[in-house]
Amino acid sequence: MQDRALVSTRKGLFIYARDDRGWRLAAMHFAGSPVTLSLADRRDGAIYAALNLGHFGPKLHRSDDGGESWQEIAAPSFPQGTADSPALKQIWSLETGDKPGMLWAGGIPAGLFVSEDRGATWQLVEPLWNRPERARWFGGGYDDAGIHSVLIHPRDPDHVTVGISCGGVWQSADRGKTWSPKTDGMFAVYVPPEQRNDSAVQDPHRVARCASSPDTLWVQHHNGMFHSADGAAHWSTLSPPVSDFGFAVAAHPKDPLTAWFVPAHSDQRREPVDAKLVVNRTRDGGKTFETFSDGLPSPAYDLVYRHGLDVDDAGSSLVMGSTTGGLWFSADAGESWLLEATRLPPIYAVRFA
Amino acid sequence: MATVHFTRWLAGVAPGEAVEIEGQTVGAVLEHLFAENATARNYVLDEQGQLRKHVCIFLDGERLAHGAALAAPLRPQSEIYVMQALSGG
Repeated sequence: MQDRALVSTRKGLFIYARDDRGWRLAAMHFAGSPVTLSLADRRDGAIYAALNLGHFGPKLHRSDDGGESWQEIAAPSFPQGTADSPALKQIWSLETGDKPGMLWAGGIPAGLFVSEDRGATWQLVEPLWNRPERARWFGGGYDDAGIHSVLIHPRDPDHVTVGISCGGVWQSADRGKTWSPKTDGMFAVYVPPEQRNDSAVQDPHRVARCASSPDTLWVQHHNGMFHSADGAAHWSTLSPPVSDFGFAVAAHPKDPLTAWFVPAHSDQRREPVDAKLVVNRTRDGGKTFETFSDGLPSPAYDLVYRHGLDVDDAGSSLVMGSTTGGLWFSADAGESWLLEATRLPPIYAVRFA
Repeated sequence: MATVHFTRWLAGVAPGEAVEIEGQTVGAVLEHLFAENATARNYVLDEQGQLRKHVCIFLDGERLAHGAALAAPLRPQSEIYVMQALSGG
């Protein structure tokens, strides 16, 4: 059981801890600063916090004592001489790698970076940046395309999948040396019809994978939801109740048939349908869904961002945070929710730790 | 030679007090400072060496055009303020 939750917000990092009585706020760090993402590395106990200071750029901090103290470490950066001379605007994904101290980070613009030394130094994964298709990637919600999902195969650490808004789903079987687009079955309705199936313009808002059945992948896309049972080789469309628009998706870590989504009205109306915040869950591989609202607010105009939903290792506890600063926990696999905080700053990301 | 002041936003990263630094241009002065304070560099410049979009520099009372700020020549006793632009961020 994971007894901490990292809640990254517009005005700081909030750490919640679970005890006999439930969840409680244990600590708050980086008061006033936008914390866009955080990561706990279970192997060495480190906590990483990605900040986006706006004026002064993206920063990365690490704590080796559970958050008591923090040190600024190197943020991923594009080497001088990189094609198009990009500068990193935001760290948009952060994951642990297979080797001790190894980290993967995705950015806006859509650079993929790897560190082998706990964030002391970073290397750009150039073969992905240099793909000619990058010319067709574009920003969704930001000025530049970005990498929001980095998935390391749990049994084959050379096998890496990334999700790019807007730039599709890409896979490497050789730790980043070569890449292939993996969007067969996806479609895009926001480009001219002849480009509908172009892999490079797909907008997966978030890619999630079943940890124990890694060929099972789920995508909340800009215009729908997709499921793959063959490691992203093919995707099939899902037809959930309420809405198929949204940002967040969480995959059950053990059951490949179960996943959770948080529907929103539409691209044009980024709010809950009928002002009623709900969570959709499937337990049969996406054939059918249940919609849960117990403990969730109405009327409500909360949006849950792509990193705003997480499930624990057991697949029974979930945490969800919204743009209007609502934070909820579920102890029964999403069927009911307990409001933990109503007035946090806008929540960018939540993560069990 | 220039006297350089940093916005209070950068307290803890850049010098908290005004510092006197040699250099013929704004960029040269900052480079001298960054040589001894690598962290501050990443707050003022991006990794391509460009002034961050929402950082602005005043030289002797004049707000410098963003693209020309680093190349701006100094007088014998110039005063530089490194501030956050009141845009974006």
